[in-house]
Amino acid sequence: MNHPGSIIPGLLNIVLGLAFLMAAAALLTWVERRLLGFFQDRPGPNRAGPFGSLQVVADGIKLLFKQDWIPPFADPAVFVLAPAIAMVTVMLAIAVIPATPVIGIIGNLNVGLLFFLAMSGLGVYSVVLAGWSSNNKFSLLGGMRAAAQMVSYEVFMGLSLVGVVMLSGSFNLTDIIHSQRHLWYVVPQFIGFVIFFMGGIAETHRLPFDLPEGESELGAGFHTEYSGMKFGMFFVGEYIGIILVSAMTTVLFLGGWYGPFLPPFMWFGIKTGFFVAFFILLRAALPRPRYDQFMSFGWKLLLPLTLLNILVTGALILGLPGPS
Amino acid sequence: MLSSMRTLWYTFLHLFQRNVTVSYPEQMPYLAPRYRGRIVLTRDPDGEERCVSCYLCAVACPVDCISLQKTEDEGRWYPEFFRINFSRCIFCGFCEEACPTYAIQLTPDFEMSEYNRQNLVYEKQDLLISGPGKYPDYNFYRVSGLAIPGKDKGEAENERQPIDIRSLMP
Repeated sequence: MNHPGSIIPGLLNIVLGLAFLMAAAALLTWVERRLLGFFQDRPGPNRAGPFGSLQVVADGIKLLFKQDWIPPFADPAVFVLAPAIAMVTVMLAIAVIPATPVIGIIGNLNVGLLFFLAMSGLGVYSVVLAGWSSNNKFSLLGGMRAAAQMVSYEVFMGLSLVGVVMLSGSFNLTDIIHSQRHLWYVVPQFIGFVIFFMGGIAETHRLPFDLPEGESELGAGFHTEYSGMKFGMFFVGEYIGIILVSAMTTVLFLGGWYGPFLPPFMWFGIKTGFFVAFFILLRAALPRPRYDQFMSFGWKLLLPLTLLNILVTGALILGLPGPS
Repeated sequence: MLSSMRTLWYTFLHLFQRNVTVSYPEQMPYLAPRYRGRIVLTRDPDGEERCVSCYLCAVACPVDCISLQKTEDEGRWYPEFFRINFSRCIFCGFCEEACPTYAIQLTPDFEMSEYNRQNLVYEKQDLLISGPGKYPDYNFYRVSGLAIPGKDKGEAENERQPIDIRSLMP
């Protein structure tokens, strides 16, 4: 894509990809509310449009027309910057995901996995800065919690992927998928899979690990002071984060687009959708742990487990004579 | 961890269960006959007001939403006004329990929303209904010893003639 003639399809790819992503994230808010409703034996939003699907439009219009309020005690520049970071980082991270061999923005990036980890690391700034600039004690507590939670779970998330990288011998997500042609990594790297998914939940601060928001303790945590479209950006960022983590789990552990009979794009969609639905099931089923329990769970259980996983994987690769 | 897994599974199974809610405006939920909804004042079988202004409902009301004033007409007691502020009422049903004449009753109706809070203050003419409500046969003045026009002392149901305290005869 170096000669100027190819810049148009490239731009088109980016714009269409992002538009599809935004639409999916918006639709996901409705899907989540419907599914939560079904899990709780009630219909969920079913009034606006067919099966309530226009609820998304109604919510979007509401958010757009709300007053865009910056509290007088807040730090305005940082206050505006924080939601932008939240959205930009997840959207950049999703660019490296190859949905099929041909669909994807920069699916063939040779450090795709590292780029994803870097972007989710940068995502911490959005919540910390939001909590800090709000100049409000609940927001600050939420921001501090978010910082500690995301930084520590980032560690396990990164370490849990070392096994995958060792097995596939590449940071390139397309290569990682190709190396799963015969066996998905969820089998040899089951511990890594579980820990990565937990880290992903903590990274998107979704329930049950939504301690930075913690409605019952902190109001709404880091986004207490946000309203209108700034809140909407946090919201959309969170939902794109769900799609991102689900898609990454699919790519790294479930063989990406590989699957029988159906076209690759369908398989990728089905697998990602499964994890998205699982995210929602987790929200419906599990209560939030206490903060100290959550941190000790991470450092005292997940960290030794990931290190053990790396050791065993490395030892097996060394010991077994195979085409690894 | 295991209990979390079990919780997840049971929550997942709820996906296949029937909704416990009903689509309310199109489909009315079943309201039991004893449902505690909008309060009414009933009349006795003869069509007279049952309320005798004893104030027991106003005393029993935990949020003080009932106010009334007694008046009297040829031996019968009536409320001069009877006012229930439904924006305060918590529908506890204590007034119904306190009422000695079954006058005040709660009905299975909750659809009383208003745009203006003032409209939730119901006066006596709003509260009075034409029938006897849940107790179709009860008539206070027919069983009480109070003398009213057309019924003197000793003429009520199961009531003996009053004793003449100035006579020596039993």
